[in-house]
Amino acid sequence: MSARRIAADVRAGTRSARDVLEEHLATIAAREPDIHAFNLVLADEARAAADAVDATVARGDDPGPLAGVPIALKDNMCTRGIPTTCSSRILEGWRPPYDGTVVERVHAAGAIVVGKTNLDEFAMGSSTENSAFGPTHNPHDLTRVPGGSSGGSAAAVAAGFAPLALGSDTGGSIRQPAALCGVVGVKPTYGVVSRYGLIAFASSLDQIGPFAASVEDAALLLEVIGGHDPCDSTSIARPAPALLADLDESVSGLRVGIVDEMTEIDGIEPKVRDAVRAAAAGLEAAGAKVDTVSVPSATYGISAYYLIAPAEASSNLARYDGVRYGLRVDAEDVAHMNAATRESGFGPEVKRRIMLGTYALSAGYYDAYYGQAQRVRTLILRDFERVYEQFDVLISATSPTVAFPLGAKTADPLAMYLCDVCTVPANLSGHPAMSVPFGVGEGGLPIGVQVLAPALGEATMFRVARAIEAVAGKTQS
Amino acid sequence: MAERITRGDVEHVAQLARLALTEQEVVALTHELGAILDHAAQVSALDTHDVPPTAHPLPVVNVFRPDEVRPGLARDEVLAAAPEAQDQRFRVPRILGEEP
Repeated sequence: MSARRIAADVRAGTRSARDVLEEHLATIAAREPDIHAFNLVLADEARAAADAVDATVARGDDPGPLAGVPIALKDNMCTRGIPTTCSSRILEGWRPPYDGTVVERVHAAGAIVVGKTNLDEFAMGSSTENSAFGPTHNPHDLTRVPGGSSGGSAAAVAAGFAPLALGSDTGGSIRQPAALCGVVGVKPTYGVVSRYGLIAFASSLDQIGPFAASVEDAALLLEVIGGHDPCDSTSIARPAPALLADLDESVSGLRVGIVDEMTEIDGIEPKVRDAVRAAAAGLEAAGAKVDTVSVPSATYGISAYYLIAPAEASSNLARYDGVRYGLRVDAEDVAHMNAATRESGFGPEVKRRIMLGTYALSAGYYDAYYGQAQRVRTLILRDFERVYEQFDVLISATSPTVAFPLGAKTADPLAMYLCDVCTVPANLSGHPAMSVPFGVGEGGLPIGVQVLAPALGEATMFRVARAIEAVAGKTQS
Repeated sequence: MAERITRGDVEHVAQLARLALTEQEVVALTHELGAILDHAAQVSALDTHDVPPTAHPLPVVNVFRPDEVRPGLARDEVLAAAPEAQDQRFRVPRILGEEP
């Protein structure tokens, strides 16, 4: 059942939040042992919250637009008094002294937090295999990855554990797992959603966004979490985007570009490419004007991304020093304590990125690597801005492949990084992008089509995504 | 072709990053960082003469909050999360070479 339906029924008093929750907890009890979407299921807290929502309705008050809707939170979002681990040993057992802004907003809207979801440690990865607590399995095929880094959130929605989830997207960490798990995943414009209380990975790229089973439910959630927050200085001084009102407006007359560099790429599965073309054909049939377009610098996205993101991460993760929170491994003096703590607390991928970032920022290499990557970022931004003068939205593949088997890429970091080839450009440009399920590929596994839009173009992006969703529905039925 | 990353580079960077890497990790990272940087170095193929760096995807100006007193985090709660605390402070092992 959709989030919008649940909220409407709970607000009208025709269903209780508690009943809705119990149904979802039963689904979790049945399938979570095989999937491992969660680091922590908050059954008791969720029951208390659901009862409070029902009491609000009984009093004749409105609990809010997400009344009684179960939601799963990626475990890199601070929840007051509730362990927040980033799937890292270095934060195991830590209980944040405050709630992140998005957490406050979903609570205030009446949503019921059912658990904290698994992720690649510190959101660094594309398969959720880098979690210190073991991988999440794809609900469509338990031998395959759910994608990452927000693999737990994507799997939770795909498995019916919650109709909604929140993830964070630094280089594709919402969109790629959404594609691999067959759900909708959105990375809003940088600054639309507050990052206050999101544990930082790469601050100029990180953005929180929704997962849902439908475009409409994703819109509902983004309307709740978006909007200015004085606690995040990079937050845009505007209210949340209005998305639901125009969601079903026609796409007739919209100019849609298929991005060559993010669709016609080496290693892309033919059925994924076909899905992008079929989605484009569907939009054309609905009256949109479709053409192919080139964003030449997008080819350099991965290279720039894997310099910029580790550089920012190496700085952000300097705070895990064994002094103020989390793990400490004792040693004779502070410097050795810092180094022993970090060696013991961080997993291999986090260490690899810290090393890469520290190197890229170090004396003698700064300009050749980090400086050059930031200038290339400008070129990518300019290319997109130029293309958006001619097109209202762009479409492409989200992931070049469907979900791959667990373990297939763990031995080759570079192969794993290349999973993000279609998604990193929108993080570098700061523009919004989302993934919509569109049919199935090899092995009957879900395919995602990506819709991209210019800065603050969420309303148009969602309309196009809604139209693609409708085409996908017709194709499947 | 000369290796892009040497063992010495890895040891130096590990020191900067405060990571007490094992011998096995030093060997693996020497190889892996070289391969990743070979790929990342593709960015140097682009002519960026006169291109300013983007540190931030959207234009931002200085952001100020109102100069108002607001409650901060509770000190006891924050210190309770620390590995070790004493006298309302974080306690750490000795910092310099002196005896305690």
